[in-house]
Amino acid sequence: MTNTKSPLLEMRNVKKDFYGNQVLSDINLTLQAGEVLGLCGENGAGKSTLMKILFGMDVIRETGGYSGDILFNGEKVNFASPFEALEAGIGMVHQEFSLIPGFTATENILLNREPQRRSVLSEVFGSRLNTLNYKEMQRRSAEAIEKLGVHIDADMVINDMPVGHKQFTEIARELSKDQLKLLILDEPTAVLTEKEAEALLDSIRNMSRRGIAVIFITHRLHEILSVCDRVVVMRDGRVVRDVPSGETNVMDITRWMVGRDVDAAAQNEARDLSNEPTILSIRNLWVDMPGEIVRNVNLDVKKGEILGIGGLAGQGKLGIPNGIMGLYEAGGTVIFDGKEIPLNNPRHCLEANLAFVSEDRRGVGLLLDESLEWNVAFPAMQIQGKCLKKLLGGLIKWRDEKAITDLTNKYIKELAIKCTSSKQKAKELSGGNQQKVCLAKAFALEPKFLFVSEPTRGIDVGAKALVLEALKRFNRENGVTVVMISSELEELRSICDRIAIVSGGKIAGILPATEPSEKFGELMVSGVR
Amino acid sequence: MKKEPKDNNWSPSKLNDEMNSVLSTPEASPLQMAQMSPLRRLVASFGLPRLIITAFLLLMFIAAPFTGSDFWTQVSNTINRFSWNAVLVLAMVPMIHSGCGLNFGLPLGIISGLLGATMAIEFGFTGPVSFFMAIVISTPIAIVLGMGYGWLLNKIKGGEMMIATYVGFSSVSFMCMMWLLLPYKSPTMVWGYAGKGLRTTISLEGFYDKVLANFLQINIGTLSIPTGTILFFALLAFLMWAFLHTKTGTAMTAVGSNPAFAKAAGINIDKTRMLSVVISTWLAAVGILVYQQGFGFIQLYMAPFYMALPAVSAILIGGASVNKASIANVVIGTFLFQGMVTMTPTVMNSIIQMDMSEVIRVIVSQGMILYALTRKTKGGNN
Amino acid sequence: MKKKKTLRPEGNPIVRFIRNNTVPIMFVLICAVCIPLSGFSPSYLLNEIVTRMGRNIFLILCLLIPIMAGMGLNFGMTLGAMAGEIALIFVADWQIWGIPGVILAMILSIPFSILLGLLCGKLLNMSKGREMITSYIISFFINGLYQLVVLYMMGPIIPIKHFSIKLPRGYGIRNTVSLLNMRQVLDNALSVTIAGVKIPILTFAIIAVLCLFVTWFRKTKLGQDMRAVGQNMEVARAAGINVERTRLISIVISTVIAGFGMIIYLQNMGNLSTYSSHSQIGMFCIAALLVGGASVDKANIGNVFLGVILFHTMFIVAPSAGAKITGDSMIGEYFRVFISYGVITVALVMYEAKKRRAKSLAGHKLAQDQLTEDKEAAQ
Repeated sequence: MTNTKSPLLEMRNVKKDFYGNQVLSDINLTLQAGEVLGLCGENGAGKSTLMKILFGMDVIRETGGYSGDILFNGEKVNFASPFEALEAGIGMVHQEFSLIPGFTATENILLNREPQRRSVLSEVFGSRLNTLNYKEMQRRSAEAIEKLGVHIDADMVINDMPVGHKQFTEIARELSKDQLKLLILDEPTAVLTEKEAEALLDSIRNMSRRGIAVIFITHRLHEILSVCDRVVVMRDGRVVRDVPSGETNVMDITRWMVGRDVDAAAQNEARDLSNEPTILSIRNLWVDMPGEIVRNVNLDVKKGEILGIGGLAGQGKLGIPNGIMGLYEAGGTVIFDGKEIPLNNPRHCLEANLAFVSEDRRGVGLLLDESLEWNVAFPAMQIQGKCLKKLLGGLIKWRDEKAITDLTNKYIKELAIKCTSSKQKAKELSGGNQQKVCLAKAFALEPKFLFVSEPTRGIDVGAKALVLEALKRFNRENGVTVVMISSELEELRSICDRIAIVSGGKIAGILPATEPSEKFGELMVSGVR
Repeated sequence: MKKEPKDNNWSPSKLNDEMNSVLSTPEASPLQMAQMSPLRRLVASFGLPRLIITAFLLLMFIAAPFTGSDFWTQVSNTINRFSWNAVLVLAMVPMIHSGCGLNFGLPLGIISGLLGATMAIEFGFTGPVSFFMAIVISTPIAIVLGMGYGWLLNKIKGGEMMIATYVGFSSVSFMCMMWLLLPYKSPTMVWGYAGKGLRTTISLEGFYDKVLANFLQINIGTLSIPTGTILFFALLAFLMWAFLHTKTGTAMTAVGSNPAFAKAAGINIDKTRMLSVVISTWLAAVGILVYQQGFGFIQLYMAPFYMALPAVSAILIGGASVNKASIANVVIGTFLFQGMVTMTPTVMNSIIQMDMSEVIRVIVSQGMILYALTRKTKGGNN
Repeated sequence: MKKKKTLRPEGNPIVRFIRNNTVPIMFVLICAVCIPLSGFSPSYLLNEIVTRMGRNIFLILCLLIPIMAGMGLNFGMTLGAMAGEIALIFVADWQIWGIPGVILAMILSIPFSILLGLLCGKLLNMSKGREMITSYIISFFINGLYQLVVLYMMGPIIPIKHFSIKLPRGYGIRNTVSLLNMRQVLDNALSVTIAGVKIPILTFAIIAVLCLFVTWFRKTKLGQDMRAVGQNMEVARAAGINVERTRLISIVISTVIAGFGMIIYLQNMGNLSTYSSHSQIGMFCIAALLVGGASVDKANIGNVFLGVILFHTMFIVAPSAGAKITGDSMIGEYFRVFISYGVITVALVMYEAKKRRAKSLAGHKLAQDQLTEDKEAAQ
């Protein structure tokens, strides 16, 4: 399917950094008309940033733009907005649905591009008073659906559609644009059933035959192999492999995705704690956390260990701590230290001496508008009655400001939190320091067991090391069992004793952290659905 | 043409947390501030409307002696009105703290107070005892109504303010029927000719007219200070301040600041919000009783209808926002608003020979609410 | 125009009908009880209802467009009412009466309405997510400005000559401006009396034109954009629709219609209470619309007509029915006020509760699915 003409899309030395944090370096990529390119890589490998650059998203410009050249149709382009990209013939289907719920498929397919008829009033008041040409709308949506090759009901309201059809409607919308030359599909099969996914792959082949190039991003590697002409694997903001799909297999791709130098794992001090008693035992856990659904998880955590939980995004690794700690609806059995913990109530977990550092720092982790003192001391005060003075024989529990300040200062010192004083507002700190405040909040509870979710997400390299070091020290010195959830495998391998990999909402396997990266990579894609 | 109650006004003053609302994103804020000129910075930290109202009030006080009105009489009036209204404004604080927003449903609490007041008289209490009994009787009513109201607000998180407004309206119009139908007998309260149905205005002479105000009243020349009422408000304000420093009070503030954080820390959000609504409703009940003892009359039927709006704008003028409020906001706001109400008629009248005070009050107070509603707020409501 | 297929869960259609139309059914029952009690003759009742339909429907129709744009019940329609009143004051001052007076007032109201509508729309764009409470406060705020203009500026700054509308003190407008010379001019032109019921054909024709406009408007590009913006602002924005401008236009159109509606309303009444005519009008219009079965996010022309008939029937019969039951005519007066507020409260609560229930239902269904799946897996 490749031809010898000048490529449809060419990227030359594209680089991007977010405030000094290099996320893309020297990306070179070419794409011919009608070619299907599979793009894979772990989360944070830079796939979505690259697509955002191509699509001219606002966030790229707001963070200082990019360097390098992008040539589309032989011309150098730098789209100032997604609308310019659309005009040039690039379409993108996002992971989140971008549909109007109460509109029919037809209305959505032609959203803001409806064929119109002029009327007397529109001559006077402008084109927005043109009436819609419903016949033409029907015709064009039927045409787009036909191009798609999958049958969807053009008159059905989006709200009443099964998830897969919503996805198809979005793709049909892109196909209805006559100028479309390149379509980017960002994990389109994540929400589809097997059958629907198969239909989608057919329709991708169909598009390619019509000369539309497709960039297909997915974690389902076998799909890539079955439909793509070429596979590009990204890792740490670089293209690590660019091969014809016929010359590779799932194993190779996985290894390229997660593979890393052997030295990184050398610092690992994984211990074998299999003889220690089980402190937390999870049986048949399900969690209804949108986008991170957990089903039927069974897991035993040994006393005193650091257990890592890894896996690709959306596979449910985040759902496990959030479900156990009562932030999302959950069911199943959780036994801690011999006692069953009732689910769906954060208080019970906290009272049982479990603590949780949420991955959603700004949303759940912090009181952004309050002082560090409040942030650090609040759970300890509410759950364990720390930093309270009892007045009138315990009738009144008075906030002990001095105790709060002392407690906060202790952790500011211990974790080296950079702030003007313990009275500073949490929102004024940098990401790394905010994360340390979240840790301090959990440490202040003096827990026996600590869940830490994505502790290094969105913070700079220096802060990452400090945070991980603090966790390790906390584990070693206080004998606290730690379960750390992270999408960065190497990070897990550097401090954990064992690592469990979650895939498709279930535990795909548990391995000692000393095992090579490829083994984990295999587990990661094993149950992807 | 004047339909709003004539008694509540205030003006703004500075608020420490105004900074927060100005600086919506943490990263951008220091930068933005640094780029501003000193004047702009003052305006930003103080809030433009608040600055204008404060300046306006200062001007009034300066102008007062030149217009022939007695300065100390004006000050006395302002203090008097402050003492009548402060508790009603204080009632705003708990719900703002717990993230329920501005309590536009204040009339519900006022109704509890009115029920307490009328029942205390009906049961034959007189003098200072009647005031005490009115509070006692209205307390359980306020708690029950507050719990129902709190339950409703927990069902509709995010849409509190509009629904609160209409809960207030519905309850006032429902009580209009009840004032006619409830079997009140006391001849001081019912219509003379029909022998049933409560009057629209009931005099409190012989009951609790000025009971608080006369306690330790200070009179120096034309200056008079209703010490008792102010002490009573100070007591309630102190209790509120103290409550916010307890474990439960801290939890309430956290719920308002970030419900997800509070939930993760094991706080029962619905219960905390409910508690704040009950406290607010009870304070409104006590607030209207304090208002009545100063004013000298019980006003029934449609009178409580618009009482929420002046209280809401007072606390906003005092520097509160939709999700932050302090006792200082209450004191400053009530003083400025009431100062404005008292001063404008006399001063304006003598300067331009037009009594525009009513109109100015409406524009200022509604403008203040509008200002607060159109500011960007993070977290909390919506 | 297009068929919409939906996959609603099956259920007893009667139960579903009752659940979806609780408020109108409640009102039918209230009216059914009160009509016989009130003792009014059918022709009197019919006459009253027809009069009130002519008087109110145009005004209520102004609420439909902001609902379409997802901005909820436009409590700011009072702004349009005030614009209409200011126009009428000028026309009365210039002593232009009859149908020309009405038409002139309508034309005159347009710039005022557009100005106020722009202001209101701007503010509502600044307070997305709490449009209703904001539009409600805006109506109070503008009422203050209205008083400032009408009570103090008319005379010294804005020339008002005619003694009959000016306050004796030399500035400001009287509490009541008589519109006797244009009273019911629209209603009486082309009116037909059938079986003792006077039907104002011209007024109804104007209303019909507006209904046609609203129906047509839904099919325009702008109408389609408004519906898109109303359902999901972010998606609409991503598709290139100018969300802010679309919302602004919806409020401006609503305000202009409200201005016209107020003029029709006042020509029927025959006098203008300068400072109070507009104060309750928003509340009554919104209550009537909700009684007709509309909700905060969904309303159509049918809701308007049904609402006006049911709400005003209740309004007419409640005082005398109340007097019959309790022996006190005031009870009925208060009852109808209570019902007006109550119905708005219930509609608001149902709307907010529905939003939350929809969310939690989705969660429950997911959990259920997984459970069954887990069970299957376990077997």
